[in-house]
Amino acid sequence: MSDTWLLENVWIIPTIPFVSFWLILFFGKRLPGRGHEIGIASVVAAFVLACMVGVAWIGHVDDAAAGHGEPATEEHGTEPAADDHGLGTGELSAAVDTGDTAAADDHGTEVAAELAAEEEHAAEGEHAGVEPISRRVVWLQSDGVEINAGTMVDGLTAVMLFVVTFISLLVHVFSTDYVHGDRRYTHYFAFLSLFTASMLLFVMSDNTLQMLVGWELVGVCSFALIGHWWEEKPNSDAALKAFLTNRVGDMGLIIGVSILFIEAGTFDVVRINQMAIAGELNHLVLLVSACSLIGAVMSKSGQFFLHTWLPDAMAGPTPVSALIHAATMVVAGIFMVARLYGVFWHGLSIGTSSINLLALVGGTTTLVGGSLAFVQKDIKKVLAYSTVSQLGYMVMALGVGAWTAAIFHLFTHAFFKACLFLGAGSLSHACHHSFNMVDDMGGLRKRMPITHATFAIGTLALAGIPIFAGFWSKDEILAGAMQNGDGGYPIMLVMGLMTAFMTAAYMGRAYFYAFLGEYRGGHDDAHGHADAHDAHAAPAHDVHDEHDAHAGEPHESGPRIVVPLMILAFLSVVAGFANLPGDLGFATVPEDLAHRFQHYVEPTGSYFPAVSHADFDLGLAIGSSLLAISGLVVAYLFFVRNLGPHGISQRNAVFGFGRRVLENKYYLDWLYTDVIAGGTKGPIARAAYWFNQNVIDGVVNGVGVGAKRFGVVVYEQIDQKVVDGAVNGSGAGASGTGEILRHIQTGRVQQYGALFFIATAFLAGVFVVII
Amino acid sequence: MVAQNIAFGVIAAIMIGSALRVVTTPNIVHAALYLVLVLAGAAAQFLLLAAEFVAVTQVLVYIGAIVVLFLFGIMLTKREMGSEDELDNDQKLLAGVVAFGLLGVLGGTLWDTWRDAEFGAITPQTTAQVSDSIFGPYLIAFEVISVLLLAALIGAIVVARRD
Amino acid sequence: MLLNQFLLLAAVLFCIGVYGVLARRNGVAVLMSVELILNAVNINLVAFGAWHGDVAGAVFALFVIAVAAAEVGVGLAIVLLLYRNRQSIDIDDVDLMKG
Repeated sequence: MSDTWLLENVWIIPTIPFVSFWLILFFGKRLPGRGHEIGIASVVAAFVLACMVGVAWIGHVDDAAAGHGEPATEEHGTEPAADDHGLGTGELSAAVDTGDTAAADDHGTEVAAELAAEEEHAAEGEHAGVEPISRRVVWLQSDGVEINAGTMVDGLTAVMLFVVTFISLLVHVFSTDYVHGDRRYTHYFAFLSLFTASMLLFVMSDNTLQMLVGWELVGVCSFALIGHWWEEKPNSDAALKAFLTNRVGDMGLIIGVSILFIEAGTFDVVRINQMAIAGELNHLVLLVSACSLIGAVMSKSGQFFLHTWLPDAMAGPTPVSALIHAATMVVAGIFMVARLYGVFWHGLSIGTSSINLLALVGGTTTLVGGSLAFVQKDIKKVLAYSTVSQLGYMVMALGVGAWTAAIFHLFTHAFFKACLFLGAGSLSHACHHSFNMVDDMGGLRKRMPITHATFAIGTLALAGIPIFAGFWSKDEILAGAMQNGDGGYPIMLVMGLMTAFMTAAYMGRAYFYAFLGEYRGGHDDAHGHADAHDAHAAPAHDVHDEHDAHAGEPHESGPRIVVPLMILAFLSVVAGFANLPGDLGFATVPEDLAHRFQHYVEPTGSYFPAVSHADFDLGLAIGSSLLAISGLVVAYLFFVRNLGPHGISQRNAVFGFGRRVLENKYYLDWLYTDVIAGGTKGPIARAAYWFNQNVIDGVVNGVGVGAKRFGVVVYEQIDQKVVDGAVNGSGAGASGTGEILRHIQTGRVQQYGALFFIATAFLAGVFVVII
Repeated sequence: MVAQNIAFGVIAAIMIGSALRVVTTPNIVHAALYLVLVLAGAAAQFLLLAAEFVAVTQVLVYIGAIVVLFLFGIMLTKREMGSEDELDNDQKLLAGVVAFGLLGVLGGTLWDTWRDAEFGAITPQTTAQVSDSIFGPYLIAFEVISVLLLAALIGAIVVARRD
Repeated sequence: MLLNQFLLLAAVLFCIGVYGVLARRNGVAVLMSVELILNAVNINLVAFGAWHGDVAGAVFALFVIAVAAAEVGVGLAIVLLLYRNRQSIDIDDVDLMKG
């Protein structure tokens, strides 16, 4: 059983960076490298282990396929050995699940249910699935509610482990040069470690509560890393915005998880999925929880209309953007949907509809992100909006039932988006820490050949030019939109194709601005280019402390920057081959090479719905490729050759309006901060002030003035000799009343407290008397 | 029973007297020391009610930790030791009225509701029972409390430390 | 023993605590008064626990003690901060909410 030992003990992987976090925090500053050596060592170890997990999982799937005939018996046979092993490591009360059987006795119901599900599958004549390898420890038990801490490994987890550790490793290496000499260098690496650990914890959770913990930890780390240079107000604002926007979505996650728990009675991911698929859960409950969870996805994965934090989050150091906002953290939402796919599948009727909320959110996001990317001057913001758009693609893919395509796109996107982000970092490293591609870049092709080549490959991959990675995954999503569901998802197909064109065009724009033409940088005010039209935007440059200013001409970055770029560029080319379609239309791919990703990653167990797989469509592939190429060509003609209607937005009211809308990001920030926040804050404050000024003061003054006037009237009407004293007394009394009432406004907490207690005692007395 | 009643009366008298001194003494250090008397009295009352574990915890946590914390707080925020007469503000009268009003409502209600409630033999609550209860039905509450303590700890450090 | 004697003792302590919270101007003294209030609650909890023969009263009294510890910790930190910023822990000075 040594080949599944690692799969049962994957908890080691997040533990390594977690320990590294504390080590860096406590000892980092005393080390010669100020902490990065611990970080890199831990990530290397985690990466190696993640690769081993991947290999072990592939072996496990192959074993299961070999023992196809009687998988249940085989798993039964192997179970005691696994159990011995698990307990032999000294874990108390560890219940080891191997294959489809819960080993511990107290999981009786679970075993029965799983076996029932298994029988159901067998009766349907499907091939026996490979169940995830999970292992759980009872964390706490309270009145029948059992909360576990556990790990589960299936193809999805293995892929995520690989992606997270791999990107994290490259980002660590990149960062040693990029943030070299930063004032919080050690702190930075500590948080990179913690971030990696949280993400790993998140992807291997076997229950929704643990997912919630990982999800929140990831949010906290992103907050810390986005606000890494928090001395600048826009940076800390961006960090806060990211955190608060995520909190909005976290509520969705908490509500969704709670609803599922109340309905299913368990936090166990596998169990919830099984029950959803077996139809044991109420459809309406599934729908409501799926919608709540979509709220969570919208914030974490930057879906329209909660995506606004993601571009602002570019205020963080660029490697962090690559790690968090391209490859790992923002895909947490995608991962969550993929993990609880049974809930979404049945809650939203993905398999039998032609439009649903998930697909709609994804489709809208992909268009919104793509269109916003056109008006950005800051190359990182172009990439940020492109991330928004591509995440929309993935969500849309999940929405149309193309599960494998979504995860595959996640996989390939991680490589080329990390490549692009790190490439942008390399550019700004050379260009006085500016990201403004319109004003400070240009003509960098000759000066930075490696960065140029890798960026170009990333651009082609993102644009979806055939052969490159992005093409295969994007095409699979489009094929899914065309063929899945009840007669396809036509709206999503159109949205996807439009985005394919836009993606190519805006990436072409970014590429041409940065690399072709003449170098436009080198002037002194390189740091003064905060986007003038966008008051909320983060500044378009990174701030470094002891960094030399790179005076003069931009030049190629050092090896610690370009080597990760080359690795990522290479993967951006070849990653697509991981899931070649079986039939290309003009040629057939050998069975051993086709659908490898789908074969090993897509779960086949009873916890996964019976998704349909779209076939490769040559016409669609050619069409989308032509769209992508034409996008690049249009961008070339428009931005390099200066053809086409330049300046139309100044001349034509309609285009001008469109441009203003885009530049103001569909006015969403304005809506959130000015209308919603300002709209609730201002009037309440004003109403309170008005009440204070007019009513309370009015009453107080009115009482005093009225009483005095009354006194004067009495004084004049009646002979003052008689009632002189009384009049004076009433006037003074009125002033006194005013004074006493004025005391309510003293701002002294204890007086408020006294009033509070009086009121409480009075009300309590009233209740006692009445009841 | 008589012995218990006598004990209750003596302790209660000490507690009330000390509590009054806590809120009236002009010397803040004396207030802390009177507070110790009140807290110890409460612990003794817990013993009378056969809640031994709470009594011990009361002594350990309140007298052992919280009062010491108070003394630290006093020392860190006082320029010279000794009495000062600005411990009270100018709304003593109002506060007294509020307190008496509250006492009237509370006392009247309690007296009326539990007039005839007399303790029989009180079964002692053992530490084992308390722990079974904490780590059984109230486990989640316990975990939440522990997180609260952690948050308070971090919050106190963040608020109080000099940057 | 009557249940009422404990409850009334708690009520008296509570009201003394309320008086202290309202009438003390020294921050630390206010916190001490809050402790009196919390202790009154504890006596109530334990008394009712003994009355019903249920250990829950004691359990919640323990929780209250834990919360009181947290409260004192944060409260004293705030008082310290106040002292550091204003050289005084006089609550009357803190009237930023003044209308």
